[in-house]
Amino acid sequence: MKPGHGEILLAEGDTEVEADEARLVREFRRQLDDGMWAAVPTQRPGSGRREAQLVQDFGEIPPDAERVIFFPRASGG
Amino acid sequence: MLLALVVCALIATALAAQLATRYVRRRPLGRRNRRPGGASDRRYDPGRERRAERRARELLRSCVNDEEWTMYRDLGFIQVAGALRTTGSPEGDGAERLGVILDQRRPAGSAASADAESDGRGPDTGVAYAYLIYPHKPLVAYIPDSGRLLSEYCVEFPDIGAHHGSRLPASDDVLAKWMALTSDERRVVADANMHLVGHQLDPGRVRRDIWRLRQWQTRRLGNRSAPAG
Repeated sequence: MKPGHGEILLAEGDTEVEADEARLVREFRRQLDDGMWAAVPTQRPGSGRREAQLVQDFGEIPPDAERVIFFPRASGG
Repeated sequence: MLLALVVCALIATALAAQLATRYVRRRPLGRRNRRPGGASDRRYDPGRERRAERRARELLRSCVNDEEWTMYRDLGFIQVAGALRTTGSPEGDGAERLGVILDQRRPAGSAASADAESDGRGPDTGVAYAYLIYPHKPLVAYIPDSGRLLSEYCVEFPDIGAHHGSRLPASDDVLAKWMALTSDERRVVADANMHLVGHQLDPGRVRRDIWRLRQWQTRRLGNRSAPAG
């Protein structure tokens, strides 16, 4: 981990390409194993309001998602 | 044929998932925490911190609603509506439902100590309760219609595996809270340490922020309804 960098790109690829998907799945699992939460910015149908969806499995990522954002788990402050 | 190609191209673009994470470090709290020429001096780079915050702001902007972004840019915090909306009395019903969400975690005496200030209805009619998201400060639950403050929810996103005491850049902290609240509000409030308003935040400051928010919303509504030209 590199402190002070804000977000960094971990992996990028096309999920329809087998090798890319395997790499993305591997990185996804690694982040969750490291204790991160994964969220996908989404838009609510109808109202168009933006919100986030937490995902715990690669298969839960909406097919139209462009990115998954990992962030540390919340804890009581 | 052309249509099929365009759709495929769109799908291919949409499926290109990006996995991103962010790293951070705590800004030294003061000069006394730094040792000249020591390890902490080598680690701290104000330029890097500024760049990290700039990137964090861009990420935040790309994720939240336009109104929320401009709110954060102008006021320094974001308001997020609570998940449960009511059609009855927003104040009574909203507070009651919030209590249900919290799985009866409300500390004894909170109802009595909740701020009952009422200074008129704002532009948020219809939102039973909402949260104010501040960077590196507790979430504040309140009732927009009355301005009544409900509770503080102290929640942190410690940077796992980084230097001891590191924390997210301010805008990343806001984004993490926003994502957590909009995706799983129940979980956030369950994990947070709940306190009466005033534990960490100055209630007067929060009331002033709510007033600023109302002014801001009123101006925004006015700008929208003003005839062009």
